[in-house]
Amino acid sequence: MLTLTINGNAQDVDVPADMPLLWVLRDVVGLTGTKFGCGISACGACTVHLDGQPIRSCITPVAAGVGKRITTIEAIGDTPAGKRVQQAWLDLEVVQCGYCQSGQIMSASALLASNSNPSDADIDAAMSGNICRCGTYPRMRAAIHRAAGSAPASAKGG
Amino acid sequence: MPAISRREFILAGSAAAGGLLLSCRVGGGPGLAGVGAEAVDPSPTSFVPNAYVRVGSDERVTLIVAQVEMGQGVYTSMPMILAEELDVGLDQVQIELAPPDDSLYTNPLLGDQETGASSSVRAFYLPLRRAGAAARSMLVAAAAEQWSVDPSSCRTERGVVTHSPTGRTSSYGALAARAAKLPAPAEVALKDRKDFRLIGTPAKRLDTPDKVNGKTQFGIDVRLPGMKIATVAASPVLGGKLASLDDSEAKAVPGVRQVVRLDDVVAVVADHMWAAKQGLAALVIRWDDGPHARVTTADVVRGLDAASQKPGVVARSQGDAVAALSRATKKLHAVYQVPFLAHAALEPANCTVHVRKDGCEVWTGTQVLTRAQATASRVTGFPLDKVVIHNHMLGGGFGRRLEYDYVTQAVRIAQHVDGPVKVVWTREEDIQHDVYRPYYFDRIAAGLDELGRPVAWTHRVVGPAILARYAPPVFKDGIDPDAVDGAVQLVYDIPAVQVEYVRHEEPVLNTGFWRGVGPTHNMFVVESFVDELAAAAKADPVEYRRGLLGKAPRARAVLDLAAKAAGWGSPLPAGRGRGVALLYSEWDTYVAQIAEVEVSKKGEVRVHRVVCAVDCGTVINPDTVKAQIEGGVIFGISGALWGEITLKNGRVQQSNFTDYRVLRMNESPEIEVHLVQSSEAPGGVGELGTAATAPALANAVFAVTRKRLRQLPLRPGPLA
Repeated sequence: MLTLTINGNAQDVDVPADMPLLWVLRDVVGLTGTKFGCGISACGACTVHLDGQPIRSCITPVAAGVGKRITTIEAIGDTPAGKRVQQAWLDLEVVQCGYCQSGQIMSASALLASNSNPSDADIDAAMSGNICRCGTYPRMRAAIHRAAGSAPASAKGG
Repeated sequence: MPAISRREFILAGSAAAGGLLLSCRVGGGPGLAGVGAEAVDPSPTSFVPNAYVRVGSDERVTLIVAQVEMGQGVYTSMPMILAEELDVGLDQVQIELAPPDDSLYTNPLLGDQETGASSSVRAFYLPLRRAGAAARSMLVAAAAEQWSVDPSSCRTERGVVTHSPTGRTSSYGALAARAAKLPAPAEVALKDRKDFRLIGTPAKRLDTPDKVNGKTQFGIDVRLPGMKIATVAASPVLGGKLASLDDSEAKAVPGVRQVVRLDDVVAVVADHMWAAKQGLAALVIRWDDGPHARVTTADVVRGLDAASQKPGVVARSQGDAVAALSRATKKLHAVYQVPFLAHAALEPANCTVHVRKDGCEVWTGTQVLTRAQATASRVTGFPLDKVVIHNHMLGGGFGRRLEYDYVTQAVRIAQHVDGPVKVVWTREEDIQHDVYRPYYFDRIAAGLDELGRPVAWTHRVVGPAILARYAPPVFKDGIDPDAVDGAVQLVYDIPAVQVEYVRHEEPVLNTGFWRGVGPTHNMFVVESFVDELAAAAKADPVEYRRGLLGKAPRARAVLDLAAKAAGWGSPLPAGRGRGVALLYSEWDTYVAQIAEVEVSKKGEVRVHRVVCAVDCGTVINPDTVKAQIEGGVIFGISGALWGEITLKNGRVQQSNFTDYRVLRMNESPEIEVHLVQSSEAPGGVGELGTAATAPALANAVFAVTRKRLRQLPLRPGPLA
């Protein structure tokens, strides 16, 4: 039995220590906002925070989350950066199908929490691990700048 | 996909407005993402004038939406159209998802209840307007009857009827019961477009708030009491069969409950996906690969090439193109090829099924509810009314979810499982068992006069007929209208044109619709080749096209707009170039796209900027139109630069995003979309960005390298 702290709540889970956190969240705890996209850390759909750091939960053993604060999309709106990101996403109508957006918002929120005024290069570095097949990249870039309260550093952002 | 017929459009519209569908009553929660479509008896005082709209005595206006949401915004655009004619605010309309029922919810352009082919707004623009106008006119009639006044002295706004001379008012809800007793009008007048309040104005999407906080339920998010989770290995070669299976180690994995073996697929059923995946990895499977065991991509290309040597069925003929070509001063011939492509929607294929003694329930995301229901019925033997389909938000469609193979497979597996089972494909399974965009092989030729103007054009398209399988009545006289879509509508003024289609099936991979459908391959061929003609004529690519558009003013207008916005002709840094493409097809939308690319010394292509000018007729929600085109362009860049599915030993060689590369944030260009103000009928917009992108990029690569790339993906190779 492992004890996890997920979105501020302690939760006991009876799972193997090497089980990826993604499947513990989705199939055991029932938090399905975190998505499965590739299973090999190549698409970012499964991004959650461990102590505020973005990680790919599809390759992170649940044991690595013990003793840390696990934050998922369901609670990211309770953080100042997460709330700003969600609002900017709505203001600029970023979302299309929405499937990747949990992971995108988790990556963007971690970026803004650590860097209040990211450059386009910072955005590239933080967001390039997250795939969006609907092609919302230009709007996400603009929305991150908006959430940071800054104008885009370049015309990039469509 | 092409229209079935315009006549059906009218019939469906008048049926929707004619009150013939009073018996249609569907219920469900007010939410957007819920498991809609259970039959629930609504309040008996509800006013249900047709299949699409219900006005409750509680003032709730409900639109039953036949189209599914996969990011294209139909859960907003459809209510906007209805609300416009009903004279309610968009905030006053809630939506419910239509249950599978072709008799009520057929897409008039596609022939069944289907969301695809960039058709939703085109198909439902008039039916939903008529539905709203009919309901409004009945509510006004009810008020006029109650007040004993002339209906023409009443006006409507935000769900309230007002008698103008006296100022008396009544809400739609208060009138609903009386309106329900009135006959539906045989004909209704639609608003003059100058009176539009919603259509053409940017509206916030209604589905997005729950998509930024994790609440939206996609098919893969379904959780049911007692549900097991399964993952699968299907035969890696199409047509292969299971020869032997050792599942002893898989069954020893903690959490694995069962291994289901069918003739062409093995499923590991477990408590959670992790156990299922581990179990799958522990299986020792031997396949009998069948007749396609040794097939490679080169075999497919050889077959297409051989088929391309013979004439095809003529799909468009104007003048004597063959004779004109032989007489021409200068002749150009080329072969163009495009590869198999996977969809790689980010939500992998999945389907949850509970087969009971007396029926079957299915939870999934599908673009084709009635086809999903029918396959579950066929597999189980239950009649349709014993098969319930719960449709969810789609984590990307792109044509993948026009197919129901994953539903069929999940139902077959669920027949062997006690209780509900969610079948989830791994990414590897998803990429290797897709229904792929076909490999096409085209021969194209043109003759030029002494001034370099085209006098003859012949284009032979060679590839499978998807529509012969998907919608057999549409495959007529040997022509798949999708396979030649974009080729037969050639907008340029050329005196002699011949477009032929050679059907050639290579049954080594299942093939189907991919975002952009026929035009995604044909526009690459046509617009690259027009660029070749311009180069042969030593002409500027935009000016050359312009000179051939004398009879196509809407096409010329978007070309001019794009050229101006993109700064066509203005200087660029070394290593950069611009390419143009013009598109017109069955979607009835005109697009000009100009791409600015950089090619590195190693031959890597980077797209910096894409400008699109779009005339799609009447626009419902302009911001959504722009978003669709932006997304379509990015989907198109992934395909044009890297997209390629290859075969070796009958097996797909790609497996995940590591070897099936797609565009990422750091590679994404700046995209500008300019919409032309137009009062023409709405055109489709969901796919055109994708279709216009490959030729614009190929032409831009040519501008930089002077290398003409006639095959996708674009691989210019190291620069000299």
